[in-house]
Amino acid sequence: MKKRHTLVVQVENHPGILNRVASLMRRRSFNIESITVGHSEQPGVSRMTIVVVGEVNDVEQAGKQLYKLMEVLKVTDVTDLSVIAHELALVKVATKAQTRSEILQIAQIFDARVVDATPSTLLIEATGPEERIDGLLTMLRGFGIRELVRTGPVAMMRGGTSVSTKGSGRIERVTEQVVAANGVAVIAN
Amino acid sequence: MAATETRRPIATTGSDRPGRAIAQPELLTGAEITCRSLDDEGVTTVFGYPGGAVIPLYDALPRSGFHHVLVRFEQWAALAAIGYARVTGKPGVCMATSGPGATNLVTGLADAMLDSVPLVAITGQVVQPMIGRDAFQEVDITGITLPVTKHNYLVQSAADIAPTLKEAFYLATSGRPGPVLVDIPKSVFLQKAVYSYPQVAGRRGYQPTSVPNLRQVRLAADLINRAEKPLIMAGHGILISGATEEFAAFVDRTGIPVIFTLHGLGTFPESDPMSLGLMGMHGHKHVNDALDQADVLVNIGARFDDRATGRVSDFAPNAKVIHVDIDPAEIGKNVPADVPVVGDAREVLKALISDVHERRHGQWLGWIDSRRNRGLEAALADRPETPEPYTIVKAIAAATNGEAIVTTDVGQHQMWTAQHFGFNHPDRWVTSGGLGTMGFGLPSAIGAKIGRPDLEVWTVVGDGGIQMSLPELATMVQERLNINIACINNGYLGMVRQWQDLFHAKNYSEVRITGPDLAKLADAYGMTGITVRSHEEIEPAIARARSIDGPVLIDFVIEPEANVWPIVPPGASNSEMMHEARFAELD
Repeated sequence: MKKRHTLVVQVENHPGILNRVASLMRRRSFNIESITVGHSEQPGVSRMTIVVVGEVNDVEQAGKQLYKLMEVLKVTDVTDLSVIAHELALVKVATKAQTRSEILQIAQIFDARVVDATPSTLLIEATGPEERIDGLLTMLRGFGIRELVRTGPVAMMRGGTSVSTKGSGRIERVTEQVVAANGVAVIAN
Repeated sequence: MAATETRRPIATTGSDRPGRAIAQPELLTGAEITCRSLDDEGVTTVFGYPGGAVIPLYDALPRSGFHHVLVRFEQWAALAAIGYARVTGKPGVCMATSGPGATNLVTGLADAMLDSVPLVAITGQVVQPMIGRDAFQEVDITGITLPVTKHNYLVQSAADIAPTLKEAFYLATSGRPGPVLVDIPKSVFLQKAVYSYPQVAGRRGYQPTSVPNLRQVRLAADLINRAEKPLIMAGHGILISGATEEFAAFVDRTGIPVIFTLHGLGTFPESDPMSLGLMGMHGHKHVNDALDQADVLVNIGARFDDRATGRVSDFAPNAKVIHVDIDPAEIGKNVPADVPVVGDAREVLKALISDVHERRHGQWLGWIDSRRNRGLEAALADRPETPEPYTIVKAIAAATNGEAIVTTDVGQHQMWTAQHFGFNHPDRWVTSGGLGTMGFGLPSAIGAKIGRPDLEVWTVVGDGGIQMSLPELATMVQERLNINIACINNGYLGMVRQWQDLFHAKNYSEVRITGPDLAKLADAYGMTGITVRSHEEIEPAIARARSIDGPVLIDFVIEPEANVWPIVPPGASNSEMMHEARFAELD
């Protein structure tokens, strides 16, 4: 069964690494829904959050292929873990004097804030899980969305556990864990 | 009084180049650093072709310790380096200029990538200020080769050259070997830096597993010990890890018969009764029948290529699969593994040997033997008028006592050779398996002969493939290489013609191919040429070629429409093999 998987990929921050990751996913026909990249807590290490759609085996193969890139330090499939996965959206909504307060109320419901305003528009910034952004957009659509930009999610595990670059990566539904290159877990059926 | 020349003992950094002191840090150009790094890495041969961006490199070349082989086209530099690597186990090295020189290497890099060959390619790049400005002979070779290299580098300063090359050789040769490309701008070749070749290389994100997980080894042993109809599928990984001794001990102890992937030939003597022969699309009938019946399949160092497996859903349908591979990404990629064992084949076999029981499988072996196609042997005995391709291959094997290194091109002659040469030694069978690169035969023979001058080298090619790399005849002559070329000439692009014959209603589209008189052409190149048109001429021609010092080309003119039998139709199951009527079973 195909489903969405969220992979947290920690990489050495070398020139061309985004190209290497994107090229790998494309040439092996893995379907990327979104990819975000940014700094992590470690100097020289970037953190990517990649949302891929595929069968469990496909995603496991994607993880193992990613490990073959020299810059990739760790791949963690956090799909079934308890995680916070948040997106950022900027929405420019058409506004009139009589709709402005209603839009502000909607923004408040969705924990979004107004970051810019003109007599005819409000620029709203929202963060949160995908569903919350979807909900906000559904509510705003009737007023007229002039412009929209959304990031893919960035994800982090809840609680005290960290996706550290040490130790073994977890690939979903591991039944027989094998110590493999870079700690990739291998499924034994 | 003349000054007495005295020499103090000189410390070297591992190379055997005499006369180089390392007392003071040396300021060298990037080009000199590149050459010195290759020397200190122990490189003795480089295959290459000069050009604008590498002129500084070639300026430093005459002062280096390695031998540069000037090929006639950069693609063949990469393939010669592959041939060299395949027979020596050492990394092959090739170099080319920027732009077209670099793009011409791409096919060779892809070949090395698919066949896990350690290869280091050095390319020139335009001067740094011109990068990204569409300069003369500029191409983004690191971008282009991203999917066909294990890793690649664009070096930005002369001080980075030595560490980068050290790491490149480490990556190319360790774990699952592969090609690594190092792109060096002309301005970096000209820049000066202090030279020092690092002793070690390593990367945080690269830690290949060589020692297997012992729990997995025990699970594998348990499955092997309980098997009633086991088979071993021997792959290239056994050769790469240098595990042929351990493998022979394993076969001896477990009593399990061995089938070979194309690159698995040579992992175990084909003359041994435990060898069943080649598997897959052009494998032997009894091998594919055995795969159908096997209850346990032990794949050691093969990646379940589609030419070996046939339709994957029908592959070894009754077998539990043990998959030994150093690359975790190969586990479960094509065929699900019941017991995956990630590790170096040699380490795995060393761990496995103490856990497996000594057994014999007489009944199982007897059944497999009963499935042998004896019709083929009989057909080989009746000698048709034109030289029979099988007979040519067998005659070369007989003349050389099966000791020769054999390289091939890609197509029918390749399969005839794989089926009938009978490989009894490791690292003497050099062919393009994964990529199927036509033109491979001649350059790979050049690399092989330079790598192993002590061994006789034959290359079996077709009249299609040889016409792709004909200019390399000049390289053979220039290098005075004692290589024997056997061209199986049928006037067709034979394998494509065979598919059009069998699967496209004999619609022969663009497969008729003419060519020069190869014997005369050989003569023009300054080597010996022989044409063979009858069966009786085969053995004398081979004997004559072997007696001549220097390259010899034998043009074997065969029956134009000879096919490779048996064949599994593309997309079909291995159990659906086709046989020609005269090769059908007699019983």
